[in-house]
Amino acid sequence: MKYLQLIWSAMFRRKTRTVFTLLSVLAAFLLFGLLDSVRSAFANAASSVAGVDRLVTVSKISFTMSLPKSLLSGIGALPGVARVTYANWFGGIYQDPKNFFANEAVADNFFDLYPEWQLSPAERAAFHNTRTGAVVGESLAKKFNWKLGDKIPLQATIFPQKSGGNTWTFDLVGIYRVSNPKQKNQESILFFNWDYFDEARAFGNGNVGWYITQVSDRNLAQQVADGVDALSANSDHETKTQTEQAFNAAFVSQYGDIGLIVGAIMGAVFFTLILLTGNTMAQAVRERVPELAVLKTIGFSNHSVLALLLAESVLLIVLGGAIGLVLAGVVVDAVRAAVGEAVPMTRVGAAIWLRGVGLMLLIGLIVGALPARRGMRLRIVDALAGR
Amino acid sequence: MSALVEIRNLSKVYERGRQTIEVLHHVQLDIEAGDFMALMGPSGSGKTTLLNLIGGLDSPTDGSITIGGQRIDRLSENALAKWRSSHVGFVFQFYNLLPMLSARRNVELPLLLTKLSAAQRKRNAAIALQLVGLADRAAHKPSELSGGQQQRVAIARAIVSDPTLLVCDEPTGDLDRQSAADVLTLLQQLNRDHGKTIIMVTHDPKAAEFAKHTLQLDKGSLVASGQSAPA
Repeated sequence: MKYLQLIWSAMFRRKTRTVFTLLSVLAAFLLFGLLDSVRSAFANAASSVAGVDRLVTVSKISFTMSLPKSLLSGIGALPGVARVTYANWFGGIYQDPKNFFANEAVADNFFDLYPEWQLSPAERAAFHNTRTGAVVGESLAKKFNWKLGDKIPLQATIFPQKSGGNTWTFDLVGIYRVSNPKQKNQESILFFNWDYFDEARAFGNGNVGWYITQVSDRNLAQQVADGVDALSANSDHETKTQTEQAFNAAFVSQYGDIGLIVGAIMGAVFFTLILLTGNTMAQAVRERVPELAVLKTIGFSNHSVLALLLAESVLLIVLGGAIGLVLAGVVVDAVRAAVGEAVPMTRVGAAIWLRGVGLMLLIGLIVGALPARRGMRLRIVDALAGR
Repeated sequence: MSALVEIRNLSKVYERGRQTIEVLHHVQLDIEAGDFMALMGPSGSGKTTLLNLIGGLDSPTDGSITIGGQRIDRLSENALAKWRSSHVGFVFQFYNLLPMLSARRNVELPLLLTKLSAAQRKRNAAIALQLVGLADRAAHKPSELSGGQQQRVAIARAIVSDPTLLVCDEPTGDLDRQSAADVLTLLQQLNRDHGKTIIMVTHDPKAAEFAKHTLQLDKGSLVASGQSAPA
């Protein structure tokens, strides 16, 4: 600790340069905190189903593969299952691909499992009674200025109709609302009747995309998940039952390997950081050659000088990095508070801090290694003579 | 008085590319404890090299240097660093203070290598600054001090760990006449009142007059020695 003042003063010898370096370190670790939070959310999503009340069952091979509808009765008969429903991704496009929103064919009892999505009894009845009926979230309806009774044409990207047509036209019979502001993103989906979808589609009839099971007791979630997967064990349609969070994560992952993407971005960021701060440290040591020679003159050993310079470099990275991670924590908390689970992010907790601090120490040592070695090998008489 | 510094057959050869330069040639020298010695000579005569060797900043090519009974030419680099921290104080022409530290922190630097507590280090640094007449400037950064004041801070740093030997390389070379006289008077006082043995390289005959003895070096050999006139 007695050297801290010396290290601190040396670090802020050129205040502007140090502040800019700190800002670049801060930015890198802010990004690290945010991305690692997303990566952790995806990594942890599939870990356990314990304690949840809704489970999603998909094909074990890929969630893009469908499952036979015949599993429905088996799942419904399992002990601990309160309700079971099913759905199918449709992937239709409204007018232009840039108008993307999720659209799914769902079973008649689908909304029974989602009481948080409020739909009036009249609209529920209309959805039930209208073969081509569709229900949309309030946000989506507002976005496209849809009113009840409107016809909504969707261009199929996966499922053409038996008739050969590619346009599916739905009658808007209901608009659901989500009262929890953190879950407003869930108002951006269009649902329509699975029966109509299954009758009219050109292929895949009798299959569903996924099952959603509501358990009667959260403590039975794992038991139910195991029971569902056991129904199709050793068949050609083995299943994987998981939390909704894991399902959502898998859905997003279809666009790419999140871990790999995050790793690649962070690799590039940290590589640049090493070059930038390495150059700064090298410059800082070059400027201080006579001062380092003085330290050696008054008795600091080669290894003491090495340790001082490495400590300076590590302190620089740890200081900027710690502020960056604190900010990342604040941003993640704010995002979670604002949009809930829409953006999968875990809190910047101990695990992210541990990885972050490990990276800070590693980068600090890498960045400081060459300048510190130069300082250590400095010959006093040459340095004092300006050679 | 006994010889604090004993130099025997001291030679120093530098390799510069293919060239071999003999800077010191079989120098024999005894410096008594409590002496104030001025080392003079033309540029390139080997004054600074001899001073560096006595201060343990460089190692000889040949010969021996014994200081306070210890052969410093046989010490390893680490041992030499440790020896310097407790036996020698250095004063340079350009002060060589650390610009980002206050005067007190600069003076305290050598004490970081000791086991003294922070409070003791602070106290000792304050005493050293008081001794050089700069107690009221302890919190000032070097850039806020005049050249003469900076050199006095450097002297405080050199004496704070109470070394036996003070090694000064052109300590007044960058100062105006009045500041130079103040610094030389301070060195004289440290020699006279505190018993510090001082070896000072200088070009300036007026500065040399403050020393007790003068040595002349030329082309790497001692050519003359004499008693200085009282300043």
